[in-house]
Amino acid sequence: MTLKINEPKAKESTMAKAVQWIGAPLDRADGELKTTGKARYAADFPLERMVYGVPIVSPAASGSLIKLEVEAAEKLPGVLFILTHENAKKIFPIQNDFGTATKLAEGRFPLQDKKIYYAGQYVGLAAAETLEIAQEAARLIKVICKEERSALDSEEELPYSYFPDNNWGTPLPVIRGNFEKAFSNTEVQLKAVYTTPVEHHNPMEPHACTAVWDGDNLILYESTQWVVGARNVVADALGLPREKVRIISHFVGGGFGCKGFVWPHTLLAAMTAMHLKRPVKVVLSRSQMAAGVGHRPATHQELSIGSSKQGKLTAIKHHTITQTSFLDDFLEAAGGPTQSIYSCPNLLVSYQVVRLNHGTPTFMRAPGECTGLFALESLLDELSYTLNLDPIELRLNNLSDKSPEEELPWSNSHIKECYELGSKIFGWKERNPKPKTMKRKGFLVGLGMATAMFPGVRSPGAAKVKILSDGTAEVLSATQDLGTGTYTTMKQIAAEVLRISPHRIVSKLGDSSYPPAPVSGGSMTSASVGPAVKSAAEKAIEALIHISIKDSSSCLYHLPLEKIHAADGKLVYQDDPSKTEIFEEILKRNNLSHIEGESFVKPDNSAEGYTVQSHGAQFAEVEVHPLLGQIRVTRMVGVFDVGRILNQKTARSQAIGGMIMGIGMALHEKTVYDPRTGRVVTDNLCDYLIPVMADSPAVEADFIDKPDPRFNSLGVRGLGEIGITGVAAATANAVYHATGIRIRDLPITPDKLLKWL
Amino acid sequence: MPINAERSRKKLTSLKVNGRVYEKALSPISTLLEILREDLGLTGTKHGCELGECGACAVLLNDVPVLSCLTLAVECEGKEITTIEGLADGNRLHPLQTAFAELGAAQCGYCTSGILCVAKSLLDKAAQEKKSNPGRELSRAEIKEALSGNICRCTGYLKIIEAIELTAERLNLFHRCEPVREDR
Ligand code: FES
Ligand code: FES
Repeated sequence: MTLKINEPKAKESTMAKAVQWIGAPLDRADGELKTTGKARYAADFPLERMVYGVPIVSPAASGSLIKLEVEAAEKLPGVLFILTHENAKKIFPIQNDFGTATKLAEGRFPLQDKKIYYAGQYVGLAAAETLEIAQEAARLIKVICKEERSALDSEEELPYSYFPDNNWGTPLPVIRGNFEKAFSNTEVQLKAVYTTPVEHHNPMEPHACTAVWDGDNLILYESTQWVVGARNVVADALGLPREKVRIISHFVGGGFGCKGFVWPHTLLAAMTAMHLKRPVKVVLSRSQMAAGVGHRPATHQELSIGSSKQGKLTAIKHHTITQTSFLDDFLEAAGGPTQSIYSCPNLLVSYQVVRLNHGTPTFMRAPGECTGLFALESLLDELSYTLNLDPIELRLNNLSDKSPEEELPWSNSHIKECYELGSKIFGWKERNPKPKTMKRKGFLVGLGMATAMFPGVRSPGAAKVKILSDGTAEVLSATQDLGTGTYTTMKQIAAEVLRISPHRIVSKLGDSSYPPAPVSGGSMTSASVGPAVKSAAEKAIEALIHISIKDSSSCLYHLPLEKIHAADGKLVYQDDPSKTEIFEEILKRNNLSHIEGESFVKPDNSAEGYTVQSHGAQFAEVEVHPLLGQIRVTRMVGVFDVGRILNQKTARSQAIGGMIMGIGMALHEKTVYDPRTGRVVTDNLCDYLIPVMADSPAVEADFIDKPDPRFNSLGVRGLGEIGITGVAAATANAVYHATGIRIRDLPITPDKLLKWL
Repeated sequence: MPINAERSRKKLTSLKVNGRVYEKALSPISTLLEILREDLGLTGTKHGCELGECGACAVLLNDVPVLSCLTLAVECEGKEITTIEGLADGNRLHPLQTAFAELGAAQCGYCTSGILCVAKSLLDKAAQEKKSNPGRELSRAEIKEALSGNICRCTGYLKIIEAIELTAERLNLFHRCEPVREDR
């Protein structure tokens, strides 16, 4: 990492005279590396004798592999090796489990048998001297399969679906009171079905792995959201000691969930490197990414809401039919928000999952939350019109001091302030509540809102902080920065404890040899790794104090250690501030290159008895062409209560990025499968529509910024996902307000409006 | 198109990248993207789709943005290629690079190289036009239009637009109506 030259700006703290680095809108630590092209991603390590690997994929969606005709490919000059199920390394069975940090993304190892579960599944890999030759070899190989009847249509497969009995340990279905009875007795009843399509993460950096085998050690430059998980899986599966496998992921070109766990291509790269004893680079094509590195599965959500005439919810039923593969029991838990935001005495949340011959779905930014909130927050909007109530008022009516799910007090919740501040910034008051009343330059204008939410998640995490003899410091942790700002926020935390400027601190992340950290998913990095950095920095200072009071040439010699603290790069004696010593002097005099503190922090029980959850209020303005049905989001506001903010600037970036991804979900994104072959039709960035610059409206993101000290020592809850959660509903509600047309099927495209306009 | 020994026979090619001349035996079927990244070690140019759909691989060919994944390297002989590595003037960053780093317009950073190359050509062109037309200023619409071929999955574009505007403002090519928020 290079150091920034400018002294960064800090927040003034009124508490103490010391500067407060946490929360300051510091520039990103990696800004210069990324704007000069020096940041190296998984495929950016040019190595001598590099081999290029291209996966060979199954054309069939089910059945079994008969054989691969490889002769023509093998004759191609430059082809080095064709990896198939016949020559693939035997893989050791592992426990496919999140808790033991050995989770596979697809619950099956590649090339160990001949079974085919989906079109695009890897059946081999062509390795060659250049990428073009490898691509050509892969193309020349004939994959002969015995196709069976494939399950490709959700509706057809419904009779064979299953009803999951738990979601991450929470028993399903979730039942409170008696829905049926309460619903039939309630004054106002509403029912509707909402559907969301399959979506793909499509981070800008394709999945990539450069595998280097030196005969004893395996190094993988891997684009991953979890270096530790990848290290464990790869080592265990290949039968290597874990200390012989190192995963490096200094920079990740976006993940959004699809790089959380190890996908099969990583093992193909490793196996080929071990076989050829040369570095092997595998970069997936967009079409391979569409088939086999996860997606958000489609949902069909049946929602019923009962309410009193005053707008108090009496009964809710949320039944979600969703999809998974034949390999894994993935659940897109769309009912989550329904059971956890509004208090309602009678509730039934249930699921039904259809198995399809598609690749395994995976977590995609706010899995369950954003699909579920689309349904819930749309139906609440419908209810607000039925009751003639302001949508915000309806929501306020149904909030409670206790979490509806666990009936525990919130650890810290400022949801009402989110609505208040959000409506103020957005100008909600100017909204004429009647649909189809607002117009601008020939367009119908609509304003909509929705609640955003994401649970507070944290896991055990570790970090090391080193104070070096030149007065600088380092933070080390095997966490990763996906573009979220972890490099920056972690050094801000260290700076605040060490009392030195963050421009003298370097964060070293994305390497499995550093102290272990959890997956960068579930918005948990700040809340999991942050406290470890804080504690490690405290330990480093403590160690330094210990040295100084034992050092007879130090002016702090024999002083009581509890009266010594760090300030401004020095240790200072409280009772006599003239007694100070700068860090580097202490270290140099004691011939130490550095001193370090390491900490492994597990969630403690301080949040016991509380429910930890983030909330937000999101607002959208749309313009709809009255004849063409063309929809444009023109303005968006999001206000989030996510605990303490570590860096105003990177936090805002996360929230805004999530909100724009929400526009994609609301208006553009949809994966289409060929119903006959099970292949993804929208397997490229032309057919799979991601918001482009022209789609991006004026966006405002703000935070309540109140710490949640019960959750962890920093009071931070994490915010990678909440930004997307309410956008689809807010947009759909705005479209209704503009046009009087309720679209319950995402994405909201003009053709769906046209027949009603 | 099928590959055979004939087609992939390497040919001595001279490429001028960021002012430096590279004499290399290059396969005539290799894209500029692959040659830059794999043969010349210039990995700042990114591979996003290899289909001309994302803009991550954009570089400048005689100051005009091209998608290096759709350009054959051998076609570039005799032309000036500028990649992200050539944007800075020695240790002096290009004002666009400074502004992008300042505003956090690079989140994961994967789209950044392509976007910076395209933005540079936009600013250069406007600066050129300003010479004959002193009133020439860029508009947000022009920026959006120029960058319509570059996809970013992280930022939501707002900061990218603001960083380009900020640079243009510093180069006297843009007049801001609203101030940029400090903490954004
Ligand atoms: S890699 Fe060239 S446009 Fe995507
Ligand atoms: S910053 Fe990640 S794609 Fe643009």
